[in-house]
Amino acid sequence: MAQVFNRRTNTIVRLGIFVGIPVILALLTATWWYYTRSDWVRDVGVANAKVQPAGNIPGAGGYSHQLHVGGLKLDCRYCHTGVEISSYANIPPVETCMGCHAQILPNSPKLAFIRNSYAKDEPVQWNKVHDLPKFVYFNHSIHVAKGVGCSTCHGNIASMAVVYKTEALYMSWCLNCHRAPEKFLRPQSEIFNTAWTPPADQIVQGLKLKKDLNIRTSSQLTNCSICHR
Amino acid sequence: MSKETLDNQSTSGRGYWRSLDDLAQSSEFQARLEREFPSEAAELRDPVTRRSFIKLMGASMALSTLAGCQFAIKQPQEVIVPYIRQPEEVIPGRPLYYATSMNVQGYGIGLLAESHEGRPTKVEGNPDHAASLGSSDAWIQASVLTMYDPDRSQQVLKAGVAATWADASTALAAAAASAGAGIRILSEPNASPTLAAAITALTTKYAGAKWIQYDPISNDNAIDGAAAALGAATNVVYAFNQAEVVVALDSDFTHSGPTAIRYSRDFSAKRRITSAKPTMSRLYAAEPTPSHTGTMADHRIAVRAADVAALTDAIAAGVGVSGITAPTLDAKASAWVTAAVSDLKANAGKSIVITGETQSAAQHALVLAINNALGNFGKTVTFTAPVAPATTGNAGLKALVDEMNAGAVSLLVISDANIIYNAPGDIDVKSALAKVATVIHHGIYADESSEGAAWHINGAHYLESWSDSRAFDGTAAIQQPLIAPLYDGKTLIEVVAALSGQTNSTGHDMVKAYWKSVLSTDGYAFDKEWQISLHDGLIKNTVAVATTASLTGAVTATATAASEGLEIVFRADSSLRDGSAANNGWLQEVPKPITKLVWDNTAQVSPATAKTLGVASGDVVSLTFQGRSVKAPVWIVPGQADNTVVVHLGFGRTKAGKVGDGVGFNAYTLRGSDNLWHGAGLEVTKTTETYKLATTQEHTSMEGRDEDIYPTKTLADFLHPVAHEGHKKHEVISLFPEYDYSKGYQWGMQIDLNACNGCNACVVACQAENNIPVVGKEQVFLGREMHWIRIDTYFSGDAESPSVYQIPVACMQCEHAPCEIVCPVAATVHDDEGLNVMVYNRCVGTKYCSNNCPYKVRRFNFFQYVDEETPSLKLQRNPDVTVRVRGVMEKCNYCVQRINEARIDADREDRQIADGQVVSACQQACPSQAIVFGNINDAASRVSQLKALESKFTMLDPLNTKPRTSYMIKLSNPNPEFSGKTE
Repeated sequence: MAQVFNRRTNTIVRLGIFVGIPVILALLTATWWYYTRSDWVRDVGVANAKVQPAGNIPGAGGYSHQLHVGGLKLDCRYCHTGVEISSYANIPPVETCMGCHAQILPNSPKLAFIRNSYAKDEPVQWNKVHDLPKFVYFNHSIHVAKGVGCSTCHGNIASMAVVYKTEALYMSWCLNCHRAPEKFLRPQSEIFNTAWTPPADQIVQGLKLKKDLNIRTSSQLTNCSICHR
Repeated sequence: MSKETLDNQSTSGRGYWRSLDDLAQSSEFQARLEREFPSEAAELRDPVTRRSFIKLMGASMALSTLAGCQFAIKQPQEVIVPYIRQPEEVIPGRPLYYATSMNVQGYGIGLLAESHEGRPTKVEGNPDHAASLGSSDAWIQASVLTMYDPDRSQQVLKAGVAATWADASTALAAAAASAGAGIRILSEPNASPTLAAAITALTTKYAGAKWIQYDPISNDNAIDGAAAALGAATNVVYAFNQAEVVVALDSDFTHSGPTAIRYSRDFSAKRRITSAKPTMSRLYAAEPTPSHTGTMADHRIAVRAADVAALTDAIAAGVGVSGITAPTLDAKASAWVTAAVSDLKANAGKSIVITGETQSAAQHALVLAINNALGNFGKTVTFTAPVAPATTGNAGLKALVDEMNAGAVSLLVISDANIIYNAPGDIDVKSALAKVATVIHHGIYADESSEGAAWHINGAHYLESWSDSRAFDGTAAIQQPLIAPLYDGKTLIEVVAALSGQTNSTGHDMVKAYWKSVLSTDGYAFDKEWQISLHDGLIKNTVAVATTASLTGAVTATATAASEGLEIVFRADSSLRDGSAANNGWLQEVPKPITKLVWDNTAQVSPATAKTLGVASGDVVSLTFQGRSVKAPVWIVPGQADNTVVVHLGFGRTKAGKVGDGVGFNAYTLRGSDNLWHGAGLEVTKTTETYKLATTQEHTSMEGRDEDIYPTKTLADFLHPVAHEGHKKHEVISLFPEYDYSKGYQWGMQIDLNACNGCNACVVACQAENNIPVVGKEQVFLGREMHWIRIDTYFSGDAESPSVYQIPVACMQCEHAPCEIVCPVAATVHDDEGLNVMVYNRCVGTKYCSNNCPYKVRRFNFFQYVDEETPSLKLQRNPDVTVRVRGVMEKCNYCVQRINEARIDADREDRQIADGQVVSACQQACPSQAIVFGNINDAASRVSQLKALESKFTMLDPLNTKPRTSYMIKLSNPNPEFSGKTE
C-alpha cells in the first residue's frame, strides 16, 4: 500500500509545531497585550479634554492649561481647590472662571460658553481624561501631602493646550511608586511645579524624604485595602 | 487545631438549639445543614439545567470575546459636571454632616445626617440629643431609603389627575373657608411646636375645627394611666441607669416607642460588668411572646397577655399598694412574683416596674402605684409636664368616625395617618369617608387612604422638610432639610398654613418665625441663637423641668376573670412597626427576632398550642375574631404563652408600592376597637393550604459546638469561679503563616453579649453604609441573604420556656483566616492592619472562601442584586464603597472606608488616629453600645481594655483562627433565692 503522506509532510508538521504554534501564541499574546495593556487602549497622548455640548449652552470652547499655567503661571490650587484636603482635586465651578473673565476678555467669543453657562445656570460638561475604575479610591490629598507632585501622574500639564494622559494609569504603574516611593518623591516646594525633573541623586533624596514625611512601608502601601474597598 | 479539644467541646455543650426542628433533630434539618449555602442555593433555579447551561456558556464565551472588541475595548468617555456656583462649605469628596431630627411616634429623635454633595446617604444619632445620645435604630437607619423610594407620590393630584400645588393651596383655603367648624385634621402624632401653633391659628380662625392625632400603635394607655393615677396629664420618664431591679410586665422598653434608644442605652449601662463595677441589674419579664427586652431577662415567664394583669395585681399586693388583694396564681407565676417582690422590696428606690403600651390604662395607673409604694418616685421614676399635645388615640378616631357619619365633618385632611389600612376592623372608615364632602389626603405615599380623595398633596420626607420636634424629655430640636424636596412635596405645616389662607408660607419661614416668638430675641441675637440651634441639633434650655407627682387617683386591681379558649395578641412588627414604611426593602428583609422570618407575618403559636390545634409551621389557618377573618400561615415560636396566637401589624398593604404590596396579611382587620392589643374568643380553623415562609434561622449553623459559640455564666459563677477539671486549653500550633501584628494600627472589635438585645440596628446600619442590596423573599428562602452582619439566635432548655441567646455575627477578621488560603486568585488577603480584605475586582466567584469559613459570614452575589437602573436609588449609595455586581463575594471589612478616611486624615496631619476616631457603622448605630471597635495595639484604647477582661471569648476558639472580633460572655444575674429557672 502506498504511503498516504509523503516525506515532506514531516517537515510541514514539524514547522507547524515548532514555528506555527509559537507564532500563533505570540500573536494572541500581542493582541491581548494591545487590547488590555497598551497605551493605545488607554488613549495615552490623545487630547480630547474639550467641553461636551451640554444642554443649551451655545458655543464650543475649551480651557488651555498651556495658556493659564504655562503662560500666566496660575497655581494649580487656584482652581483645583480640593487637592490638599479631599480625594477629589475638584474641577472648578464656572464662577471661578468668571472671577477673572468678567473683567478680562469679557466679550471674547471663545468664552461665550462660560458666560452662557453662568447666565443660564447650566453647568459646563468637561470630558474626563484621567478616569480610574470605580473600585479604585484614589485620594489626591494624601499624595500631595506626602511628596508626590502633580506631574508625576499628570505630566507637564503646563505645556498642554488640551490635556492628555501621559501615563496609562494601570495598576502596575501605581505599584511602581507604592513599592518604591523613593524613586518619585520630591520636596514639598516642588509639588505644584509641573516641569520638575528628578535630580541626579533622586534615590538618596527620595529615601530622605520618605523618612522625613513618615511615609508608610511598601508592605503597607501595597495592601489591597489602601486603594480598594 | 487540636481534635481532642474539639471533641471535648462538642460533648460538653449546654444543649443549644436553633429551631424546633433542630431540637427534634429532624432529618430534613440535617439535610438542609449539609450544604454550604442551604436549600440548593448554588443551583440554578431556571428551567435550564446545569449541564445545558455549561454547553450554552461555551458558545457564548466565544461570542463575548468578539462582542467585547466592538463595544468595550476602551473605557467609555465620561464627563465631569462641576458646580456653576460651588457652595462655600461643599468640598467634593468630603461629606458634610447636618443636625436634624425625626418624628418617631410623635416625639423627636435628634439625628446627624451625612450628605455627599447634597445627597443625604446615611443618618446617625446626634450625640448631644437626649433621645439618641448618638445611637439610632433600624427604623431610623432605613428612613433614608424611604426618601429615595421611587414609589413615593411625586405630584399633586386632583381627583387622581395631575395638578399643581398653586391650585391645591387655593382650593384648600377655599374649602376651609366654606367648611368652617367642620374642618378636621387627622395626622400621626407630632410634637412639633410650630405645627401646634399653626393648628392653633387655624382653630382660632375657624372655631370648632379639630386636630386628631392617631397612631395605631400609640402609647395612649400609658398617658391615660398616668393622668388617672397622678391626677393630671404627666410625662413619665424612667431612669434605667439608676435601677438595680427592673420588672417588665409585657413591656418591650428597649425596643418599642420613642424612648427605646435612650432606655436601651441606660439599661445596658447597668448590665455591663467592669472590674470597677462588678454588679449588674436584674430583669424580670412577663410577656405573652418573646420580645427584645424579654430575651434579656434573668427571669422570664410566658403568660397570656390578659394574665399579665393578674401578675401586676399580685406584685401590687406584695409591695403593699393599699386596696389590692393578691389573686390566685399558678405555682410557676406565684414563684416568679414572690421572687420579684422580694427583690423589689430589697431595692426600694432603686427599682422600676414598667408595663407596655399593650396593657390597659388601669394597669399603667396600678404600676405607677407600685412604683410609688416602692419609693421610686423622684428617683428612678421622674415626671415632667407633658411635652407633646395630647393625642386622642383610638377613642379620637372613633369619635371622628361618628362625627363623619353624623355629617358633622365637611372637610377632612388626612396626613399620613393611613386609616383605611390601619383602623381597627370594627370601625367602618370607608363608608364614613364617603359622607365627608371634601377629603384631602397629604402624605409621602399615595396610599390606601388617598383613594377617592378630592385632592392628594404629595408630602415631603423629613429629610426634605423644615419642622421641629420635642423629645420625650422635652428637648426641642429643629428638623432641617438635607435636600430640597425631590418631588416638590409639602409638609403638614405648609398644608395647615394653606388651610388658614396663608398659601405662600414656607415651612422654613414658619419654623423660624415660631422660634423667634418663643426665644423673644431679635436681629443679630436671634440669628446667632438660630444658627447655634441648627448646628447643635437642639435648642438650649428646652428640657422639660422635672416636677413632683404624687398618687392622687384611686387605683384598682386590674385582673379580669380568667378567660377560656384562645387569645389573640396584636403586636407592632419589630421592624415594620405600624406598616407605614412597608415599602422599605431594608425593613422587610431584616430577619425578625426569634423567628428570623423575613418578608412575612405569621400567626405565632406555642409548641403545645400547635399540637392542640394540630398545625405545623407553614400550615395556613383561618383566624376569626369577633366575626372578622383573615388567613394566616402558622409559625411555632418557642417561649410563647400557651393558648395565645400572636399576629404582627404592619403587613398586608395593598397600596404601599412595588416592594410592600401583598407582603403578609393585614392583622388590623382582626383588631377590635375595644381589643386593640389582645382579646379572648379567637377561633382558629385549619385549612388545607400551606404557605412557604423564608427564615434565616437555620442557615449557617455552627454544628452544635455550643461552648465555643456561646459560653454563658451566672454573675455569681463569674465573680467566684469554681475550679473544675476538663476544659483545659491545649497549646495549638498553626500551619498558617504568622504575620507581624506588633506594629501600626491593628483593628479589633469586642461585642458585649450582655448589652445586645437583637434589635437589628446594626444590620440595617451596615446595609446603609455598605451598599448592601435587598434580594427578596425567594432569594432568602434559597439562603442567599446578603447582610454582612446577622443576629444569631440560640435557645436552650425546653421548647415551652427556653432561654434565648442572641449574638451579632459578622466577619471575625481571623488572623489565621481559613478563607484566604483557598482563594485561587488571592481576592481575599490580609493587610498589615489585621483586616481580612475582600478585593471585589479580583474575585472570580469560586465561593471556595465561603465554603471554608467556619463562621459563615461571607455573602455571594448570585445575581445582579443591586439595582443600577433606578436613578433615585443610585443617589442613596455611599460613594466610598464599591457597588458590587453579580458573581462577586462580599463580606464585612470593619468599614474599611471609614478606616481609610481616618488614616488619610491622620497621615496628612502627621498624627496618630486617636481612639474613637474610627467608628464602624454597626457600632455607631447600636443603641446599647454593645459593639466597641478600635486599635488593639494601643493599650489605652477602649477595645484593648475590654479585650483584656477575663470575660472575653472568641468564637470557635479551638479552630485557632484567632478572630479579631471577640465577645464578652453572656452573664445572667438570677435571684439566688428563686427556685425557678435561673437562666
